[in-house]
Amino acid sequence: MTANRLAESLLALSQQEELADLPKDYLLSESEDEGDNDGERKHQKLLEAISSLDGKNRRKLAERSEASLKVSEFNVSSEGSGEKLVLADLLEPVKTSSSLATVKKQLSRVKSKKTVELPLNKEEIERIHREVAFNKTAQVLSKWDPVVLKNRQAEQLVFPLEKEEPAIAPIEHVLSGWKARTPLEQEIFNLLHKNKQPVTDPLLTPVEKASLRAMSLEEAKMRRAELQRARALQSYYEAKARREKKIKSKKYHKVVKKGKAKKALKEFEQLRKVNPAAALEELEKIEKARMMERMSLKHQNSGKWAKSKAIMAKYDLEARQAMQEQLSKNKELTQKLQVASESEEEEGGTEDVEELLVPDVVNEVQMNADGPNPWMLRSCTSDTKEAATQEDPEQLPELEAHGVSESEGEERPMAEEEILLREFEERRSLRKRSELSQDAEPAGSQETIDSGSQEVLSELRVLSQKLKENHQSRKQKASSEGTIPQVQREEPAPEEEEPLLLQRPERVQTLEELEELGKEECFQNKELPRPVLEEQQSERTPNNRPDAPKEKKKKEQMIDLQNLLTTQSPSVKSLAVPTIEELEDEEERNHRQMIKEAFAGDDVIRDFLKEKREAVEASKPKDVDLTLPGWGEWGGVGLKAPGSPPSFLIKAPEGPPRKDKNLPNVIINEKRNIHAAAHQVQVLPYPFTHHWQFERTIQTPIGSTWNTQRAFQKLTTPKVVTKPGHIINPIKAEDVGYRSSSRSDLSVIQRNPKRITTRHKKQLKKCSVD
Amino acid sequence: METAPKPGKDVPPKKDKLQTKRKKPRRYWEEETVPTTAGASPGPPRNKKNRELRPQRPKNAHILKKSRISKKPQVPKKPREWKNPESQSGLSGAQDPFPGPAPVPVEVVQKFCRIDKSRKLLHSKAKTRSRLEVAEAEEEETSIKAARSELLLAEEPGFLEGEDGEDTAKICQADIVEAVDIASAAKHFDLNLRQFGPYRLNYSRTGRHLAFGGRRGHVAALDWVTKKLMCEINVMEAVRDIRFLHSEALLAVAQNRWLHIYDNQGIELHCIRRCDRVTRLEFLPFHFLLATASETGFLTYLDVSVGKIVAALNARAGRLDVMSQNPYNAVIHLGHSNGTVSLWSPAMKEPLAKILCHRGGVRAVAVDSTGTYMATSGLDHQLKIFDLRGTYQPLSTRTLPHGAGHLAFSQRGLLVAGMGDVVNIWAGQGKASPPSLEQPYLTHRLSGPVHGLQFCPFEDVLGVGHTGGITSMLVPGASEPNFDGLESNPYRSRKQRQEWEVKALLEKVPAELICLDPRALAEVDVISLEQGKKEQIERLGYDPQAKAPFQPKPKQKGRSSTASLVKRKRKVMDEEHRDKVRQSLQQQHHKEAKAKPTGARPSALDRFVR
Repeated sequence: MTANRLAESLLALSQQEELADLPKDYLLSESEDEGDNDGERKHQKLLEAISSLDGKNRRKLAERSEASLKVSEFNVSSEGSGEKLVLADLLEPVKTSSSLATVKKQLSRVKSKKTVELPLNKEEIERIHREVAFNKTAQVLSKWDPVVLKNRQAEQLVFPLEKEEPAIAPIEHVLSGWKARTPLEQEIFNLLHKNKQPVTDPLLTPVEKASLRAMSLEEAKMRRAELQRARALQSYYEAKARREKKIKSKKYHKVVKKGKAKKALKEFEQLRKVNPAAALEELEKIEKARMMERMSLKHQNSGKWAKSKAIMAKYDLEARQAMQEQLSKNKELTQKLQVASESEEEEGGTEDVEELLVPDVVNEVQMNADGPNPWMLRSCTSDTKEAATQEDPEQLPELEAHGVSESEGEERPMAEEEILLREFEERRSLRKRSELSQDAEPAGSQETIDSGSQEVLSELRVLSQKLKENHQSRKQKASSEGTIPQVQREEPAPEEEEPLLLQRPERVQTLEELEELGKEECFQNKELPRPVLEEQQSERTPNNRPDAPKEKKKKEQMIDLQNLLTTQSPSVKSLAVPTIEELEDEEERNHRQMIKEAFAGDDVIRDFLKEKREAVEASKPKDVDLTLPGWGEWGGVGLKAPGSPPSFLIKAPEGPPRKDKNLPNVIINEKRNIHAAAHQVQVLPYPFTHHWQFERTIQTPIGSTWNTQRAFQKLTTPKVVTKPGHIINPIKAEDVGYRSSSRSDLSVIQRNPKRITTRHKKQLKKCSVD
Repeated sequence: METAPKPGKDVPPKKDKLQTKRKKPRRYWEEETVPTTAGASPGPPRNKKNRELRPQRPKNAHILKKSRISKKPQVPKKPREWKNPESQSGLSGAQDPFPGPAPVPVEVVQKFCRIDKSRKLLHSKAKTRSRLEVAEAEEEETSIKAARSELLLAEEPGFLEGEDGEDTAKICQADIVEAVDIASAAKHFDLNLRQFGPYRLNYSRTGRHLAFGGRRGHVAALDWVTKKLMCEINVMEAVRDIRFLHSEALLAVAQNRWLHIYDNQGIELHCIRRCDRVTRLEFLPFHFLLATASETGFLTYLDVSVGKIVAALNARAGRLDVMSQNPYNAVIHLGHSNGTVSLWSPAMKEPLAKILCHRGGVRAVAVDSTGTYMATSGLDHQLKIFDLRGTYQPLSTRTLPHGAGHLAFSQRGLLVAGMGDVVNIWAGQGKASPPSLEQPYLTHRLSGPVHGLQFCPFEDVLGVGHTGGITSMLVPGASEPNFDGLESNPYRSRKQRQEWEVKALLEKVPAELICLDPRALAEVDVISLEQGKKEQIERLGYDPQAKAPFQPKPKQKGRSSTASLVKRKRKVMDEEHRDKVRQSLQQQHHKEAKAKPTGARPSALDRFVR
């Protein structure tokens, strides 16, 4: 050691000397490299010399020689090789040896490791520790959340906390542990067990159950086969339908359609023969389909096909025909039923005349027009009646006969359904014909008509035209007579009273009435505060009808005070009229009373109104005038302010409307009752944000005056009950039934915190142990 | 509630199966003697005892029928699901034919519901909502309990019913007395006291005692059922009015000069000189206030529990001699000579409301027990019934031949009017309906002009004081058939009365709480709430409950530049502004829509109007 130290001191010395030498060296060889090298060498020499002074160290110095480009006598140098010497190169043997590989590996590992970062400062470490600790504790404590929540929301807490009672076991479980003890019970249970009668819910014995469940194998197989077959058939059918649908030939489709129609007709015919009732239903269906079509307006010119046809129609005859066909169909379908009814009406008219010709037919029409729309029917019938009534001046004598016939027709038993059915089609054709006759369209006559009915048709036409004329002339008359334009076209003669018409809801008949209706509607909401007047009005209404509109005008928002007080009220008819035995003072009082009565009246009302006005004025918020005297006024005689003086008036905000705004006979004091307000709640308690919310919670009284004894007790139970003389220990996990903090368990508990079974507890314990 | 429901007749008793039991099956050898049938029926809520001594209704077959109002159909309120399913299908699988608690009729429950649900609440926090839900559940529960306990009100009001088309008014007292049982017949009597002038009378709150005072100084109090006289004195002074205080032991008499208070022995306890020249007396039982109206025009409230004058209000309308109280809200109604009726509370110096009722002076005022209707009669010979529920408009009006000088309502809403020496009684349909003035229900002629009228509480009796003395007449259906044994028990002993007195004093309502709406106490004082809020804002310098201004979220990639932040802020602001404008526009539309129909329809001829 001492030697080492010596060497070090020597080294330091030599360095000093070198430093001293340095300027000289520089001076000697400033720009020469070799000179530098020389210096180095010298220096080395010196060092060696010095080191050799000590005899001990001498042999340590061993010379080594190595191959190098620049061979130096004294030293190994890497100069000239052009590359730095790496440690690995040195270590690497000429041929790799296995013993060195491990070392190398270690070395590389050492090298690959990065430098260790600086440790964080203390505060940060502490902070991190704290955070981690907090998270952990929070997680541990979070299991208490449901308990805390439950306790907060609980209506009552009883301390010390009682252990959870075991959950209620279902009766089956209880029963399994229960034994029959008495002889009677034993006997009963023996019986039950013998019969394998179930003791619990299902009332079926196992035998019964088995028998219910059983189904023979064959049966099952058969059933399965059946099902398979059905499925296969269905798929075949579907495939066929798909195939047919893909066929593009129009002709084919046409043929198919026609065939179908024919078939349907045939079927219908057959049905008519076999089962008339079913046929009738079928017919109804057809009728309904017709209606549907009418509703959907499929056959208008607006469709895609129709449009294309319309373009084509100019050149193509077929297209034109098709279009016409469609149009005609449309016309047929969209024929208004009113028109139909008119036709029927006309038929009704014809009834009288052509009783002999088509007696049953016409009668039946009205009976059978029912199906689709009963409302329409009613109007139709009423119309026909109207027609009948209108016609009676002309055909009085025949009317009676007709009535008889009609009654006969109605009396005819319903058993005549077959005849009815047979004539059904006839009737339809007849109706069509009548329509045609009305429209005066000869085009419809393409239909095949039997010769007998053709005569009928011609007569019908004539008659219908006559009727039309009649009708129109009457209408004109009515319109010319009535000064008021008719609103309703349906009722040309409102003066006539038809019982059936009256049954319908009343219709507005004239413009005037319409107006009145509107008025009434808008006044309806104003009618509340005047019940008395209403009553009187209702009493009065029969005699003074004309001034009704006037009264309505009076129904403005304010009630007329005069009216209110001066209305003559009906006097009471008392059975016992008081006998007036006038005493001395009574007489005097009566006298005064009479005078008062004589002078009573207007001044009372006027005074009251004045008082009310004053009260209203007094209660109004007042404007604040901040004008200072002299502000904006210029001194001096004859000087005028330039422009209007600035106003410092602060307008008071409009208060809420007075409660007695629309009550002329009332003054309600709007002043606040401060003494009562002192008893009211003035601060909203915590979870409430609006006073309405809070008011809801205090609206139910809790006193025993308003509640039954039990309700009162329940409402006034203390929030916390402590048992005197008991120690209240802090809550433990066992008390609330769990110890683990695993989330799943907690969630289970949260869902059903009340019922934690012992089984559950065990589970929890197991979890915690794990 | 938990009594085992018995199966109906159509259900055959199942012998082979064990009976349904909700609890653990009890065995006969287990010697337990728990009564099974008694069960736990809801406890008698207010000890509403059935009355044993109800006056039997007239049973005359040809005139009178005892109308039994058919009980409302038992509509199940809410089929509550029964919690434990084991109880439904028990041991044998037999089902409970009447599962769940007994049903309660909805209308009855509705009667006890007090939460005003007409107001729509805005969206509220979960915590608040839970509180509200709790409150609503409580209300429902208590109201159902109350509805259940209606079952205990066993008595039903009687009625007079004429044989087809017969007028009940033609039935005279003699007929009724003849028809009823002896005990009831004994309640009709006449006291002939012609010497001491027209009488005023007053029944005690329990309806057991009667006090009357004649104009010429005759004062007496008696138990009118047993006809036992308590005291009889002559005060040697004109007696204007007489009234029982909270119990029958104290008696206030308005004498010519001052107000005197006597006890039931007739000993003068107090002479209250601050109440002078009193004309009418009213006692407010829940506030322990004696209201006096004087000739000098003052309405004075005297607290009889402490003997202090609470308020002396100057009505500024001259002599006051028409007064009545509204039993619903303890507001005093005064009738004035200018045809108005003013409503007073001791807390306010001015009247709460003034109603112009008649063109002449008001002669009599009466308010029914529900506080819904007020009957007034004036010098214009009219009798009017007003609606007191905010509108104060007359509901019906009749002109009487000589006008009614005295009016009184019974507990069940019958109205009696004294006109000269005749009393007319009108009845309505049911309890809470106004009496219809079409047809009198009963009439009776007395031996002198009427001077005082009152229906006896809990008895179908009308007491009339007149110049000839006192008449007690039978009016079937006049009063409440069921009484509250804790509140006003006609059969209470002295001890019970003393107990009640203490309790009533403890529950005394402060005088300043008298206002038109007695449920105002269940409301928040909005004005001071607002004031408090304003003060808090001033103190803190900011509004702690205000909605925080919109702060745009910082965004990445240079989209959080100042300009974009400002833009976003502006967008939100504009949206809010638009909302406001929309709302105001809507309001305007509403206003216009409301205003439109009032205007007359525009006519086509308007264009020619110059």
